[in-house]
Amino acid sequence: MYTEQVMEHFANPRNVGEIADADGIGEVGNAKCGDIMKMYIKVEDGRIKDVKFKTYGCGSAIATSSIATEMIMGKTIEEALALSNKAVVEALGGLPAHKIHCSVLAEQSIKAAIADYYTRQGIDPTPIVGNISECEHCHDGGCCNN
Amino acid sequence: MKKLIYADNAATTALSPAVLTKMMPYLTTQYANPSSLYSFSEEAKSAVETAREQVATALGARVNEIYFTSGGSESDNWAIKGFAQAMKKKGKTHIISSAFEHHAVLHTLKALEKQGFTVTLLPVHEDGLVRVDELKAAITPETGLATIMMANNEIGTIQPIKELAAVCKENGVVFHTDAVQAVGHIPVNVDELGVDMLSLSAHKFHGPKGVGALYIRRGVLPAVLIDGGAQERGRRAGTENVAGIVGLGEAITLAVATMDETALKLQELRDYFMDQALQIERSRVNGHRVNRLPGNVNMCFEGIEGESLLLMLDMHGICASSGSACTSGSLDPSHVLLAIGLPHEIAHGSLRLSFGEDTTKEDVDAILQALPPIVERLRAMSPLWERIVKENA
Repeated sequence: MYTEQVMEHFANPRNVGEIADADGIGEVGNAKCGDIMKMYIKVEDGRIKDVKFKTYGCGSAIATSSIATEMIMGKTIEEALALSNKAVVEALGGLPAHKIHCSVLAEQSIKAAIADYYTRQGIDPTPIVGNISECEHCHDGGCCNN
Repeated sequence: MKKLIYADNAATTALSPAVLTKMMPYLTTQYANPSSLYSFSEEAKSAVETAREQVATALGARVNEIYFTSGGSESDNWAIKGFAQAMKKKGKTHIISSAFEHHAVLHTLKALEKQGFTVTLLPVHEDGLVRVDELKAAITPETGLATIMMANNEIGTIQPIKELAAVCKENGVVFHTDAVQAVGHIPVNVDELGVDMLSLSAHKFHGPKGVGALYIRRGVLPAVLIDGGAQERGRRAGTENVAGIVGLGEAITLAVATMDETALKLQELRDYFMDQALQIERSRVNGHRVNRLPGNVNMCFEGIEGESLLLMLDMHGICASSGSACTSGSLDPSHVLLAIGLPHEIAHGSLRLSFGEDTTKEDVDAILQALPPIVERLRAMSPLWERIVKENA
């Protein structure tokens, strides 16, 4: 069902954990839907100096979080904000259709962490980061509405 | 290559070598159509009838009450749709079932609702058991059929079928049971149970896939589901799956002959596993502890998600199953676990193991060795677990 890349990231996830003195923390998803992603970032000179994640969820949720941290490590905030769920899916060599929302969560968790970073700086994040919507499947009458 | 530990016998079982041997002639030299006139077809015809006798004997039924089908789903569809059509002519339009039936039953009932039938799904409570008085209370003058599974496929709980069927009989309601998980594993006698129709499937007890049977008590007349030729006394058309039917007959005979011994062994392994695995903190057994299939274990581990757990078990060569939403391709966790009252977030973290006659103590120990570190590893990266720990500190 999963590609080798997904299984590799699931079996050996990169950057798992927390950052005690994080500059921004973002959490998306919810327990009812079966996945929560939490991203911690450390920012220095406008760059993602360090990133760590914790994820509750299925194999692809863990794999998408892992690869997303690799894709933004050392990048500028602008570059990190530009990370799309599509790029995450491509980097993993594809995801099954019903797992695409995991890649959306990965993208959103990074945006949420950056939004939190701006908020802590006293800057309104909305014009920069935009609105972080809840996972789509919850809105489509999925698990959370039952 | 790691040794494969197969603990998913509720999904399917390995075909017994003895069963395959019995099937082989009908996959090779004895290929005749049983309906043909020439003497070459007599062997196939007689093999089908021998299998019918075997199934009838195993269930305590008469041979002319056994109808071969393509499996459990067809048997369920035929019993329910067929009888719904028949009872409608008598003005009966209400069907009673339970909330945690297999989808072969639930989706069949949904289809009937669209045709104007009304359906009541009885609750199954925390222990995974239907209450006899609740069935009684649900019966109305319009009720024509009740369909309640004998043993649940996920949590293995065994329903009081005899009592449920008796209440139906008193009230003139025909009773069907989906016994796909029960036959070959626990005693099933149609007269002792008092059921009118019963579904079974060969591959759940070491027979081949693609073949099953529907027991229909004499005098009960569900409408025909598969129209066509005159096979199965004109009630189920289609050239017989001769090899499959022979396999079913042999498999059910073998399963019944070894049932007591196997059940004892499996119960021991099951209880041993549950006792050991319950030592993992914030874990629970789903469904009644004792009143369940001998080989069924269903547990939840808080703070983790079932699919991740299965993938990690798979890396250890362990085949298991989960009621997590992610494993089903749907967005909701198992309707069975929700029906016994588990909240979504706990139901997502479920694990089903179903041991079979080939399962050894060594297999169970290997799973018990692999499981705690996997749970621990997934919890270590789970923000939900972090929250649970904080809330309970």
